Amino acid sequence: MSTQEWTKAVTVTVNGRRETREVEHRTLLVHLLREQLRLTGTHIGCDTSNCGACTVILDGAAVKSCTVLAVQAHGHEVTTVEGLSGPFDGLSAVQEGFRQEHGLQCGYCTPGMLMASTALLSEQPDPSPEQVRHALEGNICRCTGYEMIVRSVRWAAEHSDGATP
Amino acid sequence: MIPAPFRHITVETVEEALAALVEFGDEARLLAGGHSLLPLMKLRLATPAVLIDISGISGMDTVQVDGDHLLVGALTRHRTLELSDLVAREAPLLGHVAGLVGDPQVRNRGTIGGSIAHADPAADLPCALVALDGVVGLRSVTGAQREVRAEEFFTGFWSSVMEPDEMITHFRIPRTGSAGWAYEKYTARAQDWATVAVACVAGRVVLGAMSDTPLRASAVEQAIASGATAAEAALTAHEGTNPSGDLRASAEYRAHLATVLTERVLLRSGYGI
Amino acid sequence: MSLVGARVLRKEDPRLLTGQGTFVDDIQPVGCLHAAFVMSSCAHAELVSIDARAALAMPGVVGVWTAADFLDYPDLPGGLPELERPALARNRVRFAGEPLAVVVAESRYQVADAVAAVEVEYQELDSVTDVTLAAGPDAPLLFEHHGSNVITKVPMLDDLERELERCDQRAHLRLVNQRCAAVPIEASACLADWGVEGLTLWATFQAPHHLRNYLATWLDLPQNLCRVIAPDVGGGFGAKIPWYPELFIAPLLSKWLRRPVKFTQTRSEAMVQMTHGRDQVHDVDVGFDNDGRIKALRFIISQNLGAYPDPTGLGLAVLTSWMAAGCYDIAKVATSFRTVVTNTTPVAAYRGAGRPEAAYSIERMVDLVALRTGLDPAEVRRRNFISPKAFPYKTHNDPVVYDSGDFPQALAECLRLVDYEEVRRRQAATRNDPDAPLIGVGLSCWLEIAGFGPNGSLEGFGHLASWESAQVRIHPDGSAVVFAGSSPHGQGHETTFAQIASDELGIPFDRISVRFGDTATVIQGIGTMGSRGVPTSGSAVKMASVTVLGRAKKIAAHLLEAAEEDLEVLDNAFSVRGTPGKKVSWGDVAWASFQPLRLPEELSAGSLEERLFMESPNFSYPSGAYACVVEIDRRTGRITIDKMVLIDDCGTVINPLLAEGQVHGGVAQGIAQALFEQVVFDPDSGQPQTTNLIDYLVPSAPDLPDYVAGRITTLCPNNPLGAKGIGESGAVGAPAAVVNAVLDALSGFGVEHLDMPVTSEKVWHVLQGGQQ
Repeated sequence: MSTQEWTKAVTVTVNGRRETREVEHRTLLVHLLREQLRLTGTHIGCDTSNCGACTVILDGAAVKSCTVLAVQAHGHEVTTVEGLSGPFDGLSAVQEGFRQEHGLQCGYCTPGMLMASTALLSEQPDPSPEQVRHALEGNICRCTGYEMIVRSVRWAAEHSDGATP
Repeated sequence: MIPAPFRHITVETVEEALAALVEFGDEARLLAGGHSLLPLMKLRLATPAVLIDISGISGMDTVQVDGDHLLVGALTRHRTLELSDLVAREAPLLGHVAGLVGDPQVRNRGTIGGSIAHADPAADLPCALVALDGVVGLRSVTGAQREVRAEEFFTGFWSSVMEPDEMITHFRIPRTGSAGWAYEKYTARAQDWATVAVACVAGRVVLGAMSDTPLRASAVEQAIASGATAAEAALTAHEGTNPSGDLRASAEYRAHLATVLTERVLLRSGYGI
Repeated sequence: MSLVGARVLRKEDPRLLTGQGTFVDDIQPVGCLHAAFVMSSCAHAELVSIDARAALAMPGVVGVWTAADFLDYPDLPGGLPELERPALARNRVRFAGEPLAVVVAESRYQVADAVAAVEVEYQELDSVTDVTLAAGPDAPLLFEHHGSNVITKVPMLDDLERELERCDQRAHLRLVNQRCAAVPIEASACLADWGVEGLTLWATFQAPHHLRNYLATWLDLPQNLCRVIAPDVGGGFGAKIPWYPELFIAPLLSKWLRRPVKFTQTRSEAMVQMTHGRDQVHDVDVGFDNDGRIKALRFIISQNLGAYPDPTGLGLAVLTSWMAAGCYDIAKVATSFRTVVTNTTPVAAYRGAGRPEAAYSIERMVDLVALRTGLDPAEVRRRNFISPKAFPYKTHNDPVVYDSGDFPQALAECLRLVDYEEVRRRQAATRNDPDAPLIGVGLSCWLEIAGFGPNGSLEGFGHLASWESAQVRIHPDGSAVVFAGSSPHGQGHETTFAQIASDELGIPFDRISVRFGDTATVIQGIGTMGSRGVPTSGSAVKMASVTVLGRAKKIAAHLLEAAEEDLEVLDNAFSVRGTPGKKVSWGDVAWASFQPLRLPEELSAGSLEERLFMESPNFSYPSGAYACVVEIDRRTGRITIDKMVLIDDCGTVINPLLAEGQVHGGVAQGIAQALFEQVVFDPDSGQPQTTNLIDYLVPSAPDLPDYVAGRITTLCPNNPLGAKGIGESGAVGAPAAVVNAVLDALSGFGVEHLDMPVTSEKVWHVLQGGQQ
């Protein structure tokens, strides 16, 4: 195993701000976000790309930031939960939907759920409950049993006026 | 969680990628979407010293018509295949199967080249590619190009005929168009590897997760050709297979699932009564 | 308008929805070091050597410590004498994944590299993972000096053989309640910072005061210098109560290194290091008459403890034995249990902790009685229910006196919502149609014990006491802060406790904050577990608020020159009944409460503050009736849940939205146990096979159904709120409903039982005519 630490500078536009940081080549995007940019809203729940807690939006598409290298995000745009905002007291429709329909309990998987749901609604503004479930199949929640998350996304679909970032 | 240290280099052309492969030899792996490789690296089941990032090579992520075939760039993401009207029209099995890989986040990143190169017998796209009688386009550092039929590409679990100094550049996929097709994937839960998968298109039937490579169900195809019903033909689905038993299913249950799924794909694709 | 019972949106949500929550790993102090453990790769072995030379030479590595470095410190607290778990394995390792050494480096990347470079030499020993084998005569022993792997044994006085024989019929089942993992999405994490003013430990934990008490003792540190903070906690489900090595080692490392030290567990580590739950084997006999009346029940429990007896793990079988008869009036009940160590991850609480196991087995047995007698399962239940008039109901175990309930009503409501007759009709109509799925409907009339609050109820699990505390403080402007002794991990205490306090105080919800989870600011507390949040902690909030309001009224009466009993609290003010203009605002009263010159004689400044330790005279007994309808694909055995009806009786509901959320979450975990999840060890090597979320099948959204939730209400007489608790109900009630539904669908195939998880393969075997 090589112990040499290769580093390089990456520039990523995060929530609309251009950020340049020196990272090890092996740095995962989630660690760039959490530890170097101090955007700790994005969480880590597993090490096998199953749980989706680390989901962010990369160039408009939901991705698991634990399975993307920071260097792969160089020159790209990332939106994290901190970058969601909207007309409901600063909450986006998706965030407000989760609040209205109790789509979160401990809140740990929530940022990933919000980002996956936001990406879903940007492609499919009016998904059926079944479609919501399938779109969230890469996100694990251990608290809610999912139905209230589905209701939350449906709430957002029904109150979507200008809310998506 | 943390990959072992490595050096990440970016290349802009196939030639640069191949030159790097030669330069770094066994220590190097190609990185496209990273969704087969990075999970292994995070568990340190793979510890390459160099990652050659080919995602910036332009022109390798498109799908176009080339005579009787679709020409699919190796860097084409699953999501692109899933949403492509062209794919849906000309090789609908491919688009459908691409839409079943992993989960939405995985499909947004993962590429067909990465999935095929990874050569997992339980993965969706290898099974579909063999069913489609697709061809894997390879290029080596010498500039030599060759095309290998998918059926002959996979040689075992996570292994293929690809040489260390070769990379996949494209796939050539027959335009099956309106030919009947179906894909059945049995999983232990929604987001999961196939316990067993069966693809059928234009009379070709291929089993996933029933051996160490995707496996052509020749006996089934012959039975259908000689007038067997779907149910009769499906009974031969397990012939020549070598399924493993694991936490998700015993070998015996996999063999059974293979017959059930085979019958279903035959009926759905119009190749059986 | 009363807020208790209202669908109030959560106070917690705005921060958690915007990424502003604070979970342990979100705290990143300057100079923070990272710790990680070298884990045993063997299930059972003598430790020959640990060679850290290569690791020590790696960049950023600060040090590597083994058991030899902790000889001045005791083993982890709470164990049984001579069977304690060392903080790091000493000479002997007893389960794969057991921490052997701790490595500290400057970054989490460097520490991961260094851990991989530590070389460990083992002398492997035979291992045993199965509870029955471990209790057998030839099993390898984990603790030779103990002479057996059986740790505790509580026999029955009478085996009821005569009563069982005297019945028209008798039936026996061996039921395996498989090992499950709690899998809170936030794995274990802690951050220790030991400075000149003492230690602060941030830990993702369900009981911070409990941790502080034991940690300070372990460190020989006065408690005033030992502060434990549980910030936002990403789920717990019972797995964040036990003592883990990191909670003790990280503080010491911080002391020795004079730097903050953080440990963040990966999921692969969590799957073998966080305690598991369940893992009981039951041998159950029932004696019953041909009319379906159950006369005798014998219930023998074997509890797999894993490698080290955890205080909660030891108590699980007690709870199972207490609840063995469920909601049925059975004349003779006998229970016994043994607890057994094996070369596996230690077992402790997982949502329900001993009660899901009991509810599952008794509900399976009742279905078996129905099958054997040819009666409808609903009818057998009705014939055996404890009458609604029989409460308080004394059970076969003295401490257990059921408080209240109406089991017939819950079942009736459940049958109505599931449309039982229609399902039965559909089932009969399609049974012989080879192209139609098999339909099955399963019932689970469950009952559990919760509201852990009576004196003595938690002490046995190692807790300081069983009360819960609350402190209510009024600020000079009339806003309030409530300090709760129980610290939540998703339950929504900030919201429900503010609802309770608002109702009692008459202060608007938005002017009440709820604080918890910090031993420096919150008076001694116990913790959030055993569905005790609302019944015990919520009741403490209520009663402290009542006291504060009483004093506030005295002040208001004094200011208004009116009689206390003429005052009412309305619109954030105290007014004299019948004299509309005569009133004083809460803010004025609060302001005055700090001004001795404006106070009545009997009160002194600052008296609008009360702290209270709430005891309960008895437990609470949440109950309910669940129904599950499944469809089974006759070719593959694939099980699909078509409908899941949930009738709960949790007594008073504080917030129906949050209560429903608790039920859903518990039911999801119950369905997961019934159909998907199982921790697996290789029986020969003892190696864990389910070490990540690829192999441990936590379901995601498409795997689970919509729920039809309803409710009946019988109040709990044992606390002032009348609440029974709701946190564990779903996990208690759901497994039997699902498994009963599957067995009901398979009723024509000669099968009487299938163990969980009921996979499609097991069903397929039955459909083949070969029993699994």
